[in-house]
Amino acid sequence: MTETRQRLMIDPEVIGGTAQAPRLIGSVCARCATVTFPRQRSCPRCTSEDVHPRELATRGELWSWTIQCFPPKAPPYLPGGVEEFEPYGVGYIELPGEVRVEARLTESDPERLRIGMPMELTLVPVPGAPDKLTFAFEPVPEAER
Amino acid sequence: MSGGGDVAVVGVGIHAFGRHDGVTGLEMGAIAARRALADAGITWQDIDFAAGGSDAAGNADTSVSMLGLTGVPFINVKNGCATGGTALTTAHAMLVSGAAEVALVVGFDKHPRGAFNPLPEEWGIGSWYGETGLMLTTQFFALKIQRYMAEYGISDSTLAKVASKAFANGARNENAWRRTPLSEAEILGARMVNHPLTQYMFCSPGEGAVALVLARGSRVRELARVPVYLRSVAFRTRRFGSFEVFSPSIPIESAPSATSEAAAVAFEEAGIGPGDVDVAQIQDTESGAEVMHLAETGLCEHGEQESLIQSGATELGGRLPINTDGGCLACGEPIGASGLRQVHEVVLQLRGEAGERQVPKECRVGFTQVYGAPGVSACTVLTV
Ligand SMILES: [Zn+2]
Repeated sequence: MTETRQRLMIDPEVIGGTAQAPRLIGSVCARCATVTFPRQRSCPRCTSEDVHPRELATRGELWSWTIQCFPPKAPPYLPGGVEEFEPYGVGYIELPGEVRVEARLTESDPERLRIGMPMELTLVPVPGAPDKLTFAFEPVPEAER
Repeated sequence: MSGGGDVAVVGVGIHAFGRHDGVTGLEMGAIAARRALADAGITWQDIDFAAGGSDAAGNADTSVSMLGLTGVPFINVKNGCATGGTALTTAHAMLVSGAAEVALVVGFDKHPRGAFNPLPEEWGIGSWYGETGLMLTTQFFALKIQRYMAEYGISDSTLAKVASKAFANGARNENAWRRTPLSEAEILGARMVNHPLTQYMFCSPGEGAVALVLARGSRVRELARVPVYLRSVAFRTRRFGSFEVFSPSIPIESAPSATSEAAAVAFEEAGIGPGDVDVAQIQDTESGAEVMHLAETGLCEHGEQESLIQSGATELGGRLPINTDGGCLACGEPIGASGLRQVHEVVLQLRGEAGERQVPKECRVGFTQVYGAPGVSACTVLTV
């Protein structure tokens, strides 16, 4: 199971949990409680090296968003992602009491994105490398809010 | 006072911004330097200290071989978008300390078309960040202004007005790159790059060079027709909590930006308040940057930009003219030259020599602010 998961994730240092229940891996400072993402070896706030990995919250609120309307250059984007380009949403999601995480959004219609809307972690295929998964945030369905 | 009131800009020179095939960045730097020397009525042999640089077009001191080998101490600067500001800070300190009497600073650059293709590894980020499609500067600018607009009630129309003002001013500047005026409607209707920013709301990497001659004490009165005093120059980097480009995450706790801190120090050292500023050049990498920097520098309150810009206050004939030479939006951004271009423009405005784009009111106090990745800012206060 673990081996399958690690082949699938774009970077197992960044995404943990399982394909059904993924978790982002950040770190927390034992001295000042600052949370970072991805994991860091020392604390950017207080410089302490007493920093430990932490699975971040999977739900948060959309703090800001944009739509990426043109294909990014490859590299660093994967060449296949450019060929099959479709505009995609990008945002920062504020995980309460932790940190604001930058991510792709599953929603790419500007009319359906709103600052403050509840969002939840999910996995999506990496554009240009469908055998790999990366993380994204999707709007929480109305019924579950 | 630190004695900074004793240092003045006594000569300015510029090589037109834009694209110049067949001319190297170094050559543009040397041309700008010769023009600045001629403006001060001196020669390269009279310079007893020099500093300068570029981000991508070579070492500035290589241009001494074009200007003449006089043995002058020359400090090469390579500090990203703050290259010009850093050169100016260094020259100012040398003059204030008495280690030099007449100094030259130069900034130039020549970025190839489609430059700026950063890789995550160079920024200490995993390759997943680029592969996922997050490694784009335009995304960062859009995300930052989108949030700011929601917090402070800034409209799309205001973003467009910033750009249309830039192109209107650029049309009056023979050294600008983009010299065709564009209406607010044309800017709003242009290709969307990253919501809410359209194609004409972004500046492009370009080419160009600027040089300044500075002097102190009695040399100022000997050299300058109209001395423009460099009352302060301040340079700061980011703190924990500032929102900068290529951040896979940002802390919930926010901090004053490098610009806020540099501007506050520049005003304090000059003994002049933001309310006294008659004309200012501030970093407008894209429309949103000008909006946010207006408040970060203290030139207005957060949220006040909407009424300020809608009322025309930041246009040439307004109460607080901003980016009178067209800014980065109309001039393009040769990184090493950008910060010094701002000072060049303020000097022309304070001297009353800005020609077609001269601000119609009396200008006695000018301000400049340059900002760049990954969170550096330099500000100056200049007076006549
Ligand atoms: Zn800490």
